[in-house]
Amino acid sequence: VSFDVYLNVAVGGILTGLVYGLMALGLSVVFGVVRIVNFAHGEMMTIAMYLAVVLFSQFHLDPLLMLVPIAAVLFVCGYALQAGLINPFITRPEHSQFLLLVALGLIIVNSLLIVFGPDARSVQTSYAYDSFQIGPLIVDASKLYAGGAAVVLAALLFAFFRYTLTGTAIRACADNYTGAQVVGLDVKHLYALTFAIGAACVGAAGAIMTLIIDVTPMLGPTYTLLAFVIVVTGGLGSMPGALLGGLLIGLTEAFAGLLFTPSAKSMFAFGILVLVLLFRPQGLLGKRLA
Amino acid sequence: VIARLSGNLSPRGLIFLAALGAALLIAPFVANDYLLTVLILILYFAYTGQAWNIMMGFAGQLSLGHAIYVGLGAYVAALLFTRYGIAPWIGLLAAIPVTVACGAVIGFLAFRFGVAGVYFAILTIAFAEFARIGFDHLDIVNASAGLFLPVAQYTHNDLWRLRGNPAMFYYVILAATVLAFILSRVLMTSRIGYFWLAIREDEIAASAAGIDTFRYKMYAVMISAAVTAFAGVFYAFFYNNLFPEQVFNISRSIEIILGPIIGGVGTLFGPVLGAFVLTGLAETLNSAMLYFGIDLPGAKQVFYGVCLLLVVLALPNGVWPWLARRLGVAERSR
Repeated sequence: VSFDVYLNVAVGGILTGLVYGLMALGLSVVFGVVRIVNFAHGEMMTIAMYLAVVLFSQFHLDPLLMLVPIAAVLFVCGYALQAGLINPFITRPEHSQFLLLVALGLIIVNSLLIVFGPDARSVQTSYAYDSFQIGPLIVDASKLYAGGAAVVLAALLFAFFRYTLTGTAIRACADNYTGAQVVGLDVKHLYALTFAIGAACVGAAGAIMTLIIDVTPMLGPTYTLLAFVIVVTGGLGSMPGALLGGLLIGLTEAFAGLLFTPSAKSMFAFGILVLVLLFRPQGLLGKRLA
Repeated sequence: VIARLSGNLSPRGLIFLAALGAALLIAPFVANDYLLTVLILILYFAYTGQAWNIMMGFAGQLSLGHAIYVGLGAYVAALLFTRYGIAPWIGLLAAIPVTVACGAVIGFLAFRFGVAGVYFAILTIAFAEFARIGFDHLDIVNASAGLFLPVAQYTHNDLWRLRGNPAMFYYVILAATVLAFILSRVLMTSRIGYFWLAIREDEIAASAAGIDTFRYKMYAVMISAAVTAFAGVFYAFFYNNLFPEQVFNISRSIEIILGPIIGGVGTLFGPVLGAFVLTGLAETLNSAMLYFGIDLPGAKQVFYGVCLLLVVLALPNGVWPWLARRLGVAERSR
């Protein structure tokens, strides 16, 4: 196998990894602030994916354009979910919260299965088979657009948390729950908002992802797990860590697919998780284990 | 023994238990094959639930990857049987060390580095998924093509080689469930059980009181894994086919934990009650859908999800503690 092939696979892996990173950011933000482990994360993403698929097959609307309305829908769902269902669980034991979301995930996956059936659906955009050639490098147009969109959205998210007043307020809640209440922040609203932002993230990632993979209901648990692997690898609660973890897992999967067999690629992602837990349990960019 | 085992049951509780025991003993004589299969399924989940409960209910370590122990137990015994004709009971003796070793590796990785709570759960899923994909590419177990056991003619029951009719399997899993119950009861009131309880309630305090928390958490994982190994052997010989995609699937792990959660985590009767309630309701739903000619592959799972949601919302401690109070057969609360 020549060097060019490795280079091409690496670029493909990085672009996919960026979308993974965006997806994991959603999980990381929710965990970092609300301290809730969203075990229905991947399932929420499949909802977004099916929205994208339906919008495309019925109205020929490009997933990249529909990304904003789809993210908005998940934003609203996320807000309602946190404010209505999850908020009373904030003080419950960890496993109780976890099971609530497992139940939600189970309902989502199988409802999608009932509605759409087990067959894979895909989005055939006009540029699905286009590619750009830069020297020896051949980049799929779909992957390039997907990676680019993920970068833009991740940058927006960083800017939101860094520079806006609401973003600062949310970070305050994460740093000191009691302190945030004392200074008069509406913590319940901010928590719901954070969950909504996390949902919007994964919604956008789902819409983008339809460009590069086929959609089945069973992707839900797979991507929940992948998001966890990425977040734990990158460092819990660390936003740059989630992106870095996404890149690392994207690259690992791409090379595992090249050097072994594509169907075994997630094994290597789990292998990385075990290695990280062994040698750097706080994650690559994490400060300490929660 | 009976007095010790029923120490915290009221006379009414004992009568309930005796009636249930008698009903279960005569079931194969009155039930048709379908009902018997449902009962086997219920007992299977009562058994695996009991095994999982040792880890989560007693020691507070949430495992969401128990399918890995079922799968390993199933594959070891099935492989020994198909390749070398080794009887499943001997196969079990080989399967237990394998699952215990697997549990030990997972426990060591997690407990050494303070991977706890939900992150521990994720690690257990990761291992089960690792095994699923690994076995899917492992030629010695026929990879994704699946491993098949020769199906016997149901003319006579061969208990030693676990070949026979559903009634035989029914009594085997019934006996196993009773044994698992007794084991749980013994563990619960033993020294190790109290150490687990201390760890579950407050690990730092337990450690301060001089309990070697690492060691006792390891014991919990390893005992739970060993008990689950038999479920795997039973699974292999009852269904006669093994596919990594099915055996190690995350939904298998979820099914295992649903019973004890719905019944009541950390109780002795919870896993049993949960298995009856959940599998009973799910099979009723199945039959109803069959009767009305509705074919919805995901309906059962949606139903599981709704059940889990309702129990987590309304009865966070499970159905059994609530029911026990109502019936006046309160199990000592732990």
